[in-house]
This record gives sequence, structure tokens and C-alpha cells, in this order.
Amino acid sequence: MTTRRVFLAAAAAVLAASVFGAAARAEETIRIGEINSYTRLPAFTQPYRNGWELAVEEINTAGGVLGRKIEVISRDDNGKPTDAVKIAEELVSRDGVVMLAGTFFSHIGLAVADFAQQKEVMFVAAEPLSDALTWAKGNRYTFRLRPNTTMQAAMLAEEAAKLPARRWATIAPNYKYGQDAVAAFKAELLKRNPDVEFVAEQWPPLFKIDAGAEAQALANADPEAIYNVTFGGDLAKFVREGKLRGLFEGREVVSLLSGEPEYLDALKDEAPAGWIVTGYPWYAIDTPEHRVFVNAYRAKFNDYPRLGSVVGYNTFKAIAAIIAKAGSTDTDKMIAAAEGITVESPTGPFIFRAIDHQATMGAYVGRTALKDGKGIMVDWFYADGADYMPSEEEIRQMRPSN
Amino acid sequence: MTGQIVVQFLTGLASAASLFLIAAGLSIIFGVTRIVNFAHGSLYMLGAFIAYSLTQRLAAGTAYGFWISVLLAAFVVALIGVVIEILMLRRIYRAPELFQLLATFGVVLVVQDAALWIWGPVDLMGPRAPGLDSAVDILGQRLPEYDIALIVISPVVLGLLWLLFHRTRWGILVRAATQDREMVGALGRNQAWLFTSVFFVGAFLAGLGGAIQLPKGGADLLIDLNVIAAAFVVVVVGGMGSITGAFLAAILIGELQAFAVLVLPESTLVIMFLAMAVVLVVRPWGLLGRPMGEHAPGQAAEPLLRPATPRARLAWAALIGLLLVLPLIAEDFTLTLTIEIVILALFAASLHFIMGPGGMVSFGHAAYFGLGAYGAALLATTLNTPMELALLAAPVVAGLGALVFGWFCVRLSGVYLAMLTLAFAQIAWSVVFQWYEFTGGEDGLLGIRRTPWADDRIVFYYLVLAACGVAIYAMRRMIFAPFGYAVRAGRDSRLRADAIGIDCRRFDWMAFLVAGAMAGIAGGLYVYSKGSVFPDEMSIPRSVDGLVMVLLGGVQTLSGPIFGAAGFTWLQDEISRLEYWRFILGGTIIGLVLAFPQGLGGIWRQIEALIRRRRATGIEAGR
Repeated sequence: MTTRRVFLAAAAAVLAASVFGAAARAEETIRIGEINSYTRLPAFTQPYRNGWELAVEEINTAGGVLGRKIEVISRDDNGKPTDAVKIAEELVSRDGVVMLAGTFFSHIGLAVADFAQQKEVMFVAAEPLSDALTWAKGNRYTFRLRPNTTMQAAMLAEEAAKLPARRWATIAPNYKYGQDAVAAFKAELLKRNPDVEFVAEQWPPLFKIDAGAEAQALANADPEAIYNVTFGGDLAKFVREGKLRGLFEGREVVSLLSGEPEYLDALKDEAPAGWIVTGYPWYAIDTPEHRVFVNAYRAKFNDYPRLGSVVGYNTFKAIAAIIAKAGSTDTDKMIAAAEGITVESPTGPFIFRAIDHQATMGAYVGRTALKDGKGIMVDWFYADGADYMPSEEEIRQMRPSN
Repeated sequence: MTGQIVVQFLTGLASAASLFLIAAGLSIIFGVTRIVNFAHGSLYMLGAFIAYSLTQRLAAGTAYGFWISVLLAAFVVALIGVVIEILMLRRIYRAPELFQLLATFGVVLVVQDAALWIWGPVDLMGPRAPGLDSAVDILGQRLPEYDIALIVISPVVLGLLWLLFHRTRWGILVRAATQDREMVGALGRNQAWLFTSVFFVGAFLAGLGGAIQLPKGGADLLIDLNVIAAAFVVVVVGGMGSITGAFLAAILIGELQAFAVLVLPESTLVIMFLAMAVVLVVRPWGLLGRPMGEHAPGQAAEPLLRPATPRARLAWAALIGLLLVLPLIAEDFTLTLTIEIVILALFAASLHFIMGPGGMVSFGHAAYFGLGAYGAALLATTLNTPMELALLAAPVVAGLGALVFGWFCVRLSGVYLAMLTLAFAQIAWSVVFQWYEFTGGEDGLLGIRRTPWADDRIVFYYLVLAACGVAIYAMRRMIFAPFGYAVRAGRDSRLRADAIGIDCRRFDWMAFLVAGAMAGIAGGLYVYSKGSVFPDEMSIPRSVDGLVMVLLGGVQTLSGPIFGAAGFTWLQDEISRLEYWRFILGGTIIGLVLAFPQGLGGIWRQIEALIRRRRATGIEAGR
């Protein structure tokens, strides 16, 4: 009997929550629909959420956009693309959002982009890295903030080409992103150094790496350098096993995304030293605009920003800039405004290019080092995304005309 | 070269160790209580998290502190297992078979959010084991010392378990209960406490498995689901209830994975399931398992399915009437959500078709949903096939898949059958996932648009309603046709059915085909409702969703899957706006399980029974 009563109370609470949620929405706000994998990948998406919350707070304190406040309706996609599409539909038809934003995984980004094209809604993708999002499967309604897989791989390949290593081995999670990241790196490195050879490829399943066996298999191939795409828990296991088994001794390692605090900090004092990585050295970027951002972030959340925080922040600053420039929340006008817009951000200005709707936001490239029992990036530089994109001709060939 | 192979072999043995621990616990629990414990992975995860917290506090950095932490964590997890058993499972042992699975699924959801709340979102890297934190040289290769510790630990645990089961009175009782639970009860043993103690041991082993892998991995929020499939594979390959079997199977799987990495790196996703499929086809009870009775002891026979009463018919007519006028009264999104619910109701009904009347539980029904979806989507994207044709092709593709997979599956029974369906589903999934050029891999197939006449949401709604309605009604008719009676006869009494000349296996196979084709229809419609398709549609979570819908609705009623699909989909949509929604969903499922052991579709029956009992006592009192 008691359990039944508890259940009824829970059901009532759920109903009440949805009713009050609807009533609490203020009039006259500009609603943005935001979708991300909050329960599937909280380590990345929570700092991201903090980032956009900070941006929205700043925008609204300054009076909002077009004299109206920004209201974000944020939803969890459960890590499933079809859930994301359903939520997108709900956000557009029930909540009346003027634009969609967010997503982390490439396939979810692609699913929402496809929905955006189908329903003619604008979509600003924040995190997903798949090249296809703005190139092979790009569409008029979709914009993307972060540098894509090929751009980031090219940044690393440029550094890798300066190394004397000729025999390379790769390790990447066994799914589309891993495949793309390896293919892009190979192509970019071979372009610069035609005489390198790739002697081994390892494909551990995502988040289920058998690190000992993988590290051993790489060691058996005896490469001179290793290109790594694993991240998160996989990276931690790979680093530990690789170190124990002497895999990294006398070998250069080039590693995608590993300098991001999300991944590097989890390694603590076991962070590898001397790896060439892309990442985010928030502790060392000494520009005025970045200092302001870090201080505001620390004051609000009592925590330091991760790369996800910057991505969330930049996404919503860009959205506000687009709406302000369009002077309207009409989709066509917003798209017109977004094409070629320059957005100021803590990481420097970037442009949403008109030709492919890809932002020129770059990434920080450097070497890892250990300091005070923590991994950091040293000798880093900011690689501007604009310098690592294919020619306009190539993009026109890849991108469907619509 | 020899050195490399030897070290690879030892590495495989080391990764087999924690696999063995979790599988042994699962196997013991299943052997005695017949509960398919989905939450076993959650116990493993809790073991990892708790051990992590303890190693940070208890004499951090000393070998003594580390090993005490590991054992203490396992003990705490064992207590959590006991709490779960006493508060939840003990109340539903007499519920229909597999209903406990639903309860444990609720626990999985609750633990996921609880762990997120307690330990935060960041992956925790396990501490290195003090004293065992470097590597030793073996034939010119380096092997971590901790690997050697793991290689030693698992046979030691096996030995201790053997002693426990063969040299103690408790162990003898447990073995007796594994073979004949009712007889143990008849001899005056307190079954409730036997079950609780078994849960204690099983949970202890899961916690130990999670704690002991800390120096190799760490604690993160995904390991529960990552490890549970592997644990089931090991248990089934070894033979349910056999500890030695689990030990051998863990080594087999560990070594296969270690060498697959070396020889065929792309095979990492599927190798484990391929191995399981091969073992089950050759040895239907696993390596060391023994044939089991068809039903768990102590359970009532399945009630008869009866055609609807006049009152129920009236209710159905009202529901259909409401669905028909829905576009007039509902807003756009309600219609979209209803489309999804109706499609998933067909998917759940098709699963129920083999689970309920057929008595064959499938853990991999998403395979046919996905085959239908990809069949339609590939026709549309590669050959520009119009929607009408693609939708007709979907059940054909899915049916062909069911025909092939089903031929193998119907030769097995019980959990073995369920795991073989899972293996086939995973194999199909990995093909779709890795065949990038053809299926787009993870990125899926996009841009699948409806024919102009069905582009309108309302028109498509009626199309879905008509197709799913006809399909569900057709399955219902089949259940009350001679075909359905034959299938049910095979489920209830195989021997008798065989004796009167029913070829049970063939009927099972045909039921499998029907269920697969129906799931295919649902898959095809799903693609056109979303406009895109992804490998997730064939993955384990989709299969589990189907199972949850059927069990939530009630296996024993025909309307169950429909209510289950509606309730589950609606609830998830409503609460996923909240931050800790998995906690609420899991809690709701547990609450429903405890309140309505017959499932949602059985609520009416439960109320009826209650009224009848009231009346009966009333008559008695008035006499």
C-alpha cells in the first residue's frame, strides 16, 4: 500500500513539475533549444553547461538581445540520436524555440542537422567534430563552432611532420570518429612527408579498451612514433599500461584532444610528458578577454573552465551576436546574418564562413608536461582554424548544393 | 616473438580475472534464485567507486591499506546486495518469470544517478597497487606486476569458492537449492535467508571484481553497462550456475580478446559475441552447464489467455476512437509522440509474441527492428526506392534475418536462447556499425524523406496507426488461431505437445519469423518518422527498452506491451527534462514492480481479483 502511495506522489510531482515548468516561462523571451548528452557524458557536458549558463547570464544582464532576454530550454538526449530528433521536434513545435544548439557526439549532431534541414530550423552545433556536418552532409541551416576532425588532425600532422620518425602506429576507438581521425591524420602527414609508413593500427572499442593487450600489440610493431585518438577513461588506461610496459620510451606520441583539461586532469600525476597534443591551456592564456572569462567563470562556479566551458560560452555568445545582427528571429534572416559573421570570444575572434558554415575557431597545440603533480601544456600556440581548411574549390566539391 | 606471445597470453589471463569474479557472482545468484540480475554490473561499478574512495582515505599508499580497501569495498557492496534482495526481490519471487529482471533494471537506473550524484561526473583513475606498481621482465618483454597478482588471485578465489560449496553446510544447501529449490524448502530450510546469503556472496564477488580492477582501469559511470554484457557472455559460455565453467569461459574470452587485438584489431567489437554464438550452437548449455527445467520452480503455471470480454472490447473501441480523433484535438508534438508510441507498441507487441505465447525470451529483438529500419533506409538512399516499396521491403528484410537467426535460436531454451538472440543482434549491429561505406557506420543514414502525399504529419499519423493497428490485430488473431494454440502448447508442455504430433521447433521457428517481420514493419515506419537511422536502433539498449516495455505492461496479457510502450515512452519524455531523471524513472519502475507484479496491463485483472476476494470474505462474514 505504501509503495503505491509513494508512486502516486511521484507521479503527481512529475505532473506538477511539467505544469509549473510551462507556467514559469516568461513572456517575451527569445527561446533557444539546447540539446546535449548530459547523462551519457557528464564529464564533458557539465562544464559545457556551465559555460553557456555564464554566457546567457552575461547577455541577459547586459539587457538581452533585441531588447528581449534569452531563455534556454535545455534537454538531455540520453546519448541517442533518435531521442535528440524527438526532443528537437518538441522544442520547435511545443516550446516554440527560434533556433537549436548543442550536441556532443557526431552522429547526434548529424541527426539534428538533418532534422534542421527537414524542418527549416537553424542549428548551431557546438561540439560534434565530424567533417561531414559542414562538408559532405552540410546543409543551409547548420553551423558548427569547433574545428572538425580534419582540421585538428592537420594541426597535429603539421607538428608530426617536423619529427624524424618514419615508422608510425595508430590507436583509435573503433567507431566512425576514430576512423575519420586516423584517415585524416594519415592523409595530412603523407602530404607533408610522403616517405612515412604506418606499421600498425589498433582499434579498441570505445570506453571498453583492453589496454594491456592494446599497448602490448603496439609495442610488438616497434613503431618510432604513435598517433593516439583514444580519450576519456580509455586514454587513462592506455597511458598507465603503456608506461608500465615501456611503450612510450624513446617514441614520440602525437595525441588528439589529450591536452584538454577534461582528459588531461583525470590523469593527475600520471599525465604523460612530451606528447604533442591539441588542448586548452586555460592557466597560461594571457589575453585580456580570456582573463575576464576565467575570472567570471571562477567567480560563478568556484571551478576552473574546461574546454567544454569555452565551447558552451562561445556557442551562446555567437548565437546572441547572430540574432543581434539579424535584427530578427526569422530563420532566413538569421542564416544570412550568420554567414560571414565575426564573433569576439575569450579565445580570440572567429568567423562563421559563408561557404561551409564552419567557424574558424581554432585549437591550442603544444607539448604536455608535468608540473606540481598535474599535466599541463607547454610550448603551445594557437592554431587558427582558418589556416587548416581545404580550399574553397575542394569544399564546393564536397558540399551538396542546397 | 615467443616473448611477445607469452606476454600477450599472460595479459589475457589478467583481464580474465575480474571478468571471472563478476561472472561467478552472477552465476551463483542465477543458479539459486533464477534471477537474471541486470544490476550486477551496477554492483561491480559500486565496488570500483567505493574502493576508490576507501583507498583515498585508509592508510593511502600502503599495500596494507590498499588490500583492506578492496576487501572492505566488496563487503559494503555485499551489504547493498542484501538490502536490494530484502527490500525488493524478496517480495516478487512469485511474480512471473523474468519480472525480477525489470526490477533489477530499475536498480541500474537508480544506481547510475546515485553514483553521478555521489562521485561526480569525472572519470576517476584508480590508484596503483602499492608494492605492485612496476613491471617485471619476461623473455625480454615487460609485464606489469599487478597483472601477475591478478593471474594468481582468480584461481585462489575459484579454490575458495569450491571449498565454500563443497566443504560447508551452507554450500551444500546452495547446491541443493540450485538443483531443486522446492525440495530444499520442503525439508524445512528457510529459503528466504538462503537467498539473501546467496545474494550476499554474489554481490561480494561483483564488488570484489570492480575493486580489484581499479589499478588497471578506474571508476567511471559507464562501466556498469560496459561490463554487464561481458559478464553474461562469460556466464552463459561457461554454463549458468557453474563456477568452474565461468572460470574457463573467462579465460577463453580474455585470451580471445587479447589475441584478437594482435591478429585482427578491427574485430574487437564482435569477437566475444561470435565466440558465444559458436559455443551455444555447439553446446546448447554452455561449456559445463547442465540442462535446466523449463520453468523456475515455485511459480504458478501461466494463466490461460482468453479472448476479450465485451467490456474490454468496448474499452478498445473507445481507445481506437480516441486515437482516430486525436489529430483534431492534440497539438503537433503530441501527435509526434503518439506516432512514436504506436510504432514502439508494435515493436513491443512483436517481442511479446515470442516472449508470452512463445515462451522464448529475446535479448536481441532490436536486431529485427534495426534490419527493417536499415532495409528501408538503404533502399531509399541507394536505389531511390519510393517510401511505399521501402516500407513493404522492411518486414521482408527483417523476416529473412529472423528466419536465419531463429533457426539456431529455437534449438535452445531459457536464458541460453535469450543470450543467443543477443549474440546475433550484436553481430548484426557490428556489421552495420563497421561497414562505413555501405551503412554510414555510427553516422547513420540521413535525409530519408516521406513521399509527398504522406509528408503531412496527420496523414503519416493515420498511416502509422493503420499499419500498426492491422499488424497488432493480426498477431492477436494468430494467437487465438490453431497456430497460436500450437505455439502455446509447445511452451506449456513440450513433451505432451510433441506426443500429439506438434512439431514444436517448427512452430517456434515460425513464431520467430512472424515476430521478426512485425518488428521490421515497426523499424521501417520508425525510419520514415525520424528521417534518419543509426546503429543505435539495433543496439542492446533498444532491445532492453523493448523488454522493459513488455515486462512493464505484463507478459501475461495481450494488451500489456501496448500499455508498457505507451507508459514507458511517455514517462521518459515527461521526466527527461529533470536533471536526475534516471533516478526517478528507475524508482518509478521499482515502485510499479512492487505494486503491480502483473504489469500495467494486468492492473484490471488484479483489481477484479481483489473485488472477488472482498466479496468472498463479505459472504463469509455475513453467513
